[in-house]
Amino acid sequence: MITVKGLCKTFKVAKRSAGTKAAFKALFKREYDEIEALREVSFNIKAGEVVGYIGPNGAGKSTTIKIMTGILVPDSGSCEILGRIPWKDRIAHVKDIGVVFGQRSQLMWDIPVIDSFELLRDIYRVSDHQYRMNLDKLTDILDLTQILYTPVRQLSLGQRMRCEIAASLLHSPKILFLDEPTIGLDAVSKIAVRKFIKDINKENGVTVILTTHDMGDVEALTDRVLLIGKGQILFDGSFKKLKSRYNTYSILTVDHSGDGSISDMQNIEILSNINGRIVLQVDTSHRTVSSVIRQLSDSLEIRDISVESRPIEEIIAALYKEYRI
Amino acid sequence: MKPYISALRVRYLNGLQYRAAALGGLTTQLFWGLMRIFLYNAFYKSGGQPPTMNFPELVSYIWLQQAFLAIIMLYDWDYELFDMITSGNISYELCRPCNLYGFWYVKLLSKRLASATLRFSPIILISLLLPTPYRLTLPHNIMSLLLFLVTMLLGSLLLVAISMLIYISVFKTMSPVGSMAFFGILGEFFSGMLIPIPLMPEWLQRICYIMPFRWTSDLPFRIYSGNISVSQGLMSIGVQILWIFVLVSMGLAMMKRITKRIVIQGG
Repeated sequence: MITVKGLCKTFKVAKRSAGTKAAFKALFKREYDEIEALREVSFNIKAGEVVGYIGPNGAGKSTTIKIMTGILVPDSGSCEILGRIPWKDRIAHVKDIGVVFGQRSQLMWDIPVIDSFELLRDIYRVSDHQYRMNLDKLTDILDLTQILYTPVRQLSLGQRMRCEIAASLLHSPKILFLDEPTIGLDAVSKIAVRKFIKDINKENGVTVILTTHDMGDVEALTDRVLLIGKGQILFDGSFKKLKSRYNTYSILTVDHSGDGSISDMQNIEILSNINGRIVLQVDTSHRTVSSVIRQLSDSLEIRDISVESRPIEEIIAALYKEYRI
Repeated sequence: MKPYISALRVRYLNGLQYRAAALGGLTTQLFWGLMRIFLYNAFYKSGGQPPTMNFPELVSYIWLQQAFLAIIMLYDWDYELFDMITSGNISYELCRPCNLYGFWYVKLLSKRLASATLRFSPIILISLLLPTPYRLTLPHNIMSLLLFLVTMLLGSLLLVAISMLIYISVFKTMSPVGSMAFFGILGEFFSGMLIPIPLMPEWLQRICYIMPFRWTSDLPFRIYSGNISVSQGLMSIGVQILWIFVLVSMGLAMMKRITKRIVIQGG
């Protein structure tokens, strides 16, 4: 369905040193840096997949999305979506896709949401019958009844984002691109948006490609993760696999009533030991958590104990660090 | 055509809700029109009559300028479009199954039409009721009025075609300030907004005639007052259509070239 092969894109970025002299010099001669946003990016996506596209800021996520949506033209490489080349056949291509850019808005600011929806209906030439059906369904699942007739400027961010997502699905697209759809949303709205994305994928078979910095989104939604850094695909596989590769230690928090002196233990690191609470990091690739607990209970009067695996954000940070991205 | 007509309608209705802005514009334009008429009145009384334009024609020229300001002044910029280019919001525009030039053309046109709708009738009404010699006179004959309406409509289409080129230039310059100031004053002067073209020296008039700007407003206003005859006016329609054709083709080509090399700002 989506075939991306050897995609490269370089941007020219104007640069200038600080100071007055440099500013005057730049009036006559501009200097540019070449930034390689994408270097030989290749992947395939099958119909009905939900793919999380992750990577640090500036890794090339948005650039890839913009190429796949026909907005940007790559320097080299090929990209075929539903049998079309997005930037060559832009108008036919965009009829089949829906896009949400979490940081931008597609709704007209001063008029009620419904007016923007009707404009989109005409722009995409959606038949009245189909529009009715889609609108009813979207209103129902995204809970828009209360807000359809409110001007966009008076909506909260969560309400607006729900409308943005609805707006991008009015024309029943086959592929949905979501560029940071949960940015800035509270927990309730986030869960609602995630549930909705899951539903339309399951029920309508919409292929979803999602970029995000929120690992909760990735964990809740995606079967497959593409990790990009410095313009290259670094990992392509399930999120579980990615996690297990880096989930090499657990954190053990022990509350005890004693003086806190513990014997030397192998493969652990004591993170803190104060006021009857010890926090340990256990290297799970070398010993089990239970063996550590057993050893601890020999020397301490344990009152409470909790085990946590490594926080997911930290795993990702370690991952970025390892790949030097 | 349906997407474009729908966009025109929504934008037009959207534009109609800015009542306070319209009221503000209305008072400014009435005041400004009166001031200019006073000024020219003093000139005409002291310096004799220029043969190219009599006083009632001049008064009509000025009142029509004020009444239709929204569809004849180049410098009524739509900052939303500039913002779209410089902030990257244009991403969404490019995700629509529409020609971007056509889409923006319609946007600009609808905004100007909405703003003119709110303003022109009160100004016309008030200026018709003023005492002579400050009064707007009725058109020469019915044919002049009809021709005025046609050339005014074509003029506004032409004006939007001119302004589109300036919006497209912002893709390259990234800041509209330069283009805005340069083309704003150029358009204002050569369309006769500052000094009515018949009052300019003849060599300057000739320059005005070979540029597109005066065909947007100077022409219809002079047809209205009879300063340009109906037969001459009919021929001018051809020139207007030619200019629209040339500038729209240019804009379409430029837009096509520039969207191939587009860079989305702001990530």
